[in-house]
Amino acid sequence: MGSSSSSRNKIPNAQELMDQTGFSSAHLLRLYDRFESLDRDNRGYLSPDDFEALGGLAMNPIGGRIIDAFFSSGIPWTFPPLSGFWLISVQLTETVTKKEHSKSSPTAGPGSSNLYDLDRDGKISREELLQVLRAMLGLQVTEEQLQSIAERAIQEADLDKDDAISFDEFKKSLEKVDIDTKMSIGFLK
Amino acid sequence: MEDLWTVAVAVFQLWMFVVVFFITLPAMFGLSLGVTSVYIQILVKLLEWATIRIQRGRQEQPSVPAPLPNGIIERAEGSMEEEMEQLRRSRSLEGGEFALSDALYFCKKGLESIVDDQVTQRFSSEELASWNLLTRTNQNFRYISLRLTIFWGIGVFVRYCVLFPLRIALAIIGLSWLVIGTTLVGFLPENSVKYWLSEVVHLTCYRICARALSATIRYHNKENRPQKGGICVANHTTPIDVVILANDGCYAMVGQIHGGLMGVIQRSMVRSCPHVWFERSEMKDRHAVTSRLRAHVAAKTKLPILIFPEGTCINNTSVMMFKKGSFEIGGTIHPIAIKYDPRFGDAFWNSSKYNMVSYLLRTMTSWAVVVNVWYLPPMTIQDGEDAVQFANRVKSAVACRGGLLDLAWDGSLKRGKVKDAYKEEQQKMYSRVIVRQNGISATHTRRDDQS
Repeated sequence: MGSSSSSRNKIPNAQELMDQTGFSSAHLLRLYDRFESLDRDNRGYLSPDDFEALGGLAMNPIGGRIIDAFFSSGIPWTFPPLSGFWLISVQLTETVTKKEHSKSSPTAGPGSSNLYDLDRDGKISREELLQVLRAMLGLQVTEEQLQSIAERAIQEADLDKDDAISFDEFKKSLEKVDIDTKMSIGFLK
Repeated sequence: MEDLWTVAVAVFQLWMFVVVFFITLPAMFGLSLGVTSVYIQILVKLLEWATIRIQRGRQEQPSVPAPLPNGIIERAEGSMEEEMEQLRRSRSLEGGEFALSDALYFCKKGLESIVDDQVTQRFSSEELASWNLLTRTNQNFRYISLRLTIFWGIGVFVRYCVLFPLRIALAIIGLSWLVIGTTLVGFLPENSVKYWLSEVVHLTCYRICARALSATIRYHNKENRPQKGGICVANHTTPIDVVILANDGCYAMVGQIHGGLMGVIQRSMVRSCPHVWFERSEMKDRHAVTSRLRAHVAAKTKLPILIFPEGTCINNTSVMMFKKGSFEIGGTIHPIAIKYDPRFGDAFWNSSKYNMVSYLLRTMTSWAVVVNVWYLPPMTIQDGEDAVQFANRVKSAVACRGGLLDLAWDGSLKRGKVKDAYKEEQQKMYSRVIVRQNGISATHTRRDDQS
């Protein structure tokens, strides 16, 4: 009957993680089980091919980008940073989550503009927008339709008329969206 | 020393006597002494008491966590359209145009599936709503009371020291009788006596094996039992499904020839009764497989074929995609729904975690196997329906009857990658959102304010 405490022992630094993230020990255990089931080769950290096996991501039109955003941040996804990431809601800003990690890199989780801005130059160019649209729509629309959608989106959001959407303009276009509630993932108690 | 030896021999003889006369013989005739049903009733009472005790304990100690059988995150229930509307709400566009926030919807869905997804969940054992006093299902159940622990201890003793040797003995008797019996029957010439004897041999063996698992099987709707020349399909949870179904009728099994003990059993079975075993090389060739099965079905005198169209073991909370191959053979399909009661033991075979032997050992040291089997009315393919649609129709009927979730996912996702068709589905849905009100076309741009 005491086996639940012994199974908590399999998570390294469990107490520390609980303090940092605020997860209860039951939640942490569940997330750890999830981590173990994702980490198929038992490497101790996650890699892109672990994610590619997930059905939900594979059928997601921008699944590839989400995977890229995860792994291009340079963080080795062992369990502690992963549990910290799962705590955060997808925030608009590129800056960091509620809890700092020792690395304190500017993108501790995939910021939403990273979904569009592939070359990380801080702007979403027309090309990049077209690429995301193509990913989300696949072969369902023609090239012309795609161009016109992109055209309109840029015209609306691009306030300084430099033919690209800068990060501030992106923020502005989303400012009325209730990001915190709409984008957070609620864990069941 | 000698006395000890004679005492041991006497005890062993007594024990074998009990096993043979009180369990094996009645099993062969399909009778039951009622011991198992008493056992199950006691267990049910015990587990109900344990559940109440645990719930009370949970109220007293709020730090004890609650189980979550349906996944660990809340999911928004809206469709893609509704959720995108919400994300865009502020933007006061006429509906059906692209907004930068749309990508956030996909992002969120993607992140959700990293945390918890419907499919991967099905390939690990079901999480119980309350502990059933087996150590192996103890997830997050902490110490509650002394009495609970005592019962758990008694349970361990009973299961491992009393029931387990009994079950092993029965299993050995059952399997060896299967091999010997079918080989003997195989020597007879092909006539009706042979078929009858072969049925008797198969039935008795499977009944003994069912006793070896302390299986309590309830068959519903026996009037729909499969007839000769039909094809039976059922949802697949464990190799024991075969034993469960064969307790009530003879089937022609379909499968791959294995080596070792399984191979011996398979080869002897086919001597008395026309099962369909394939070599590994033949399995790759779908046409060969289909034509052999078709030939079997066409000869209306042969036993009904038993196929598991999911292709792999699923954890009995849901039914995954039925592969269309079985539905292209023609003939009448007799669907069967099988539902195991998880309180008495976890029947699911997680082939990536346990091999066959350790799985069988675990099953034999659980409380029991309690199963409900529903025979559904026969179905045939209708005009204008193709094999895939027919397969889905049968799958929904099975899921509905068995109280299982009907998923469209492919069971082989356990091992392989997702097909692009699913991604295209998502893209189609999204394009419908954007292009909804005949909005976008090549000429519809805002060139007017640029002039």
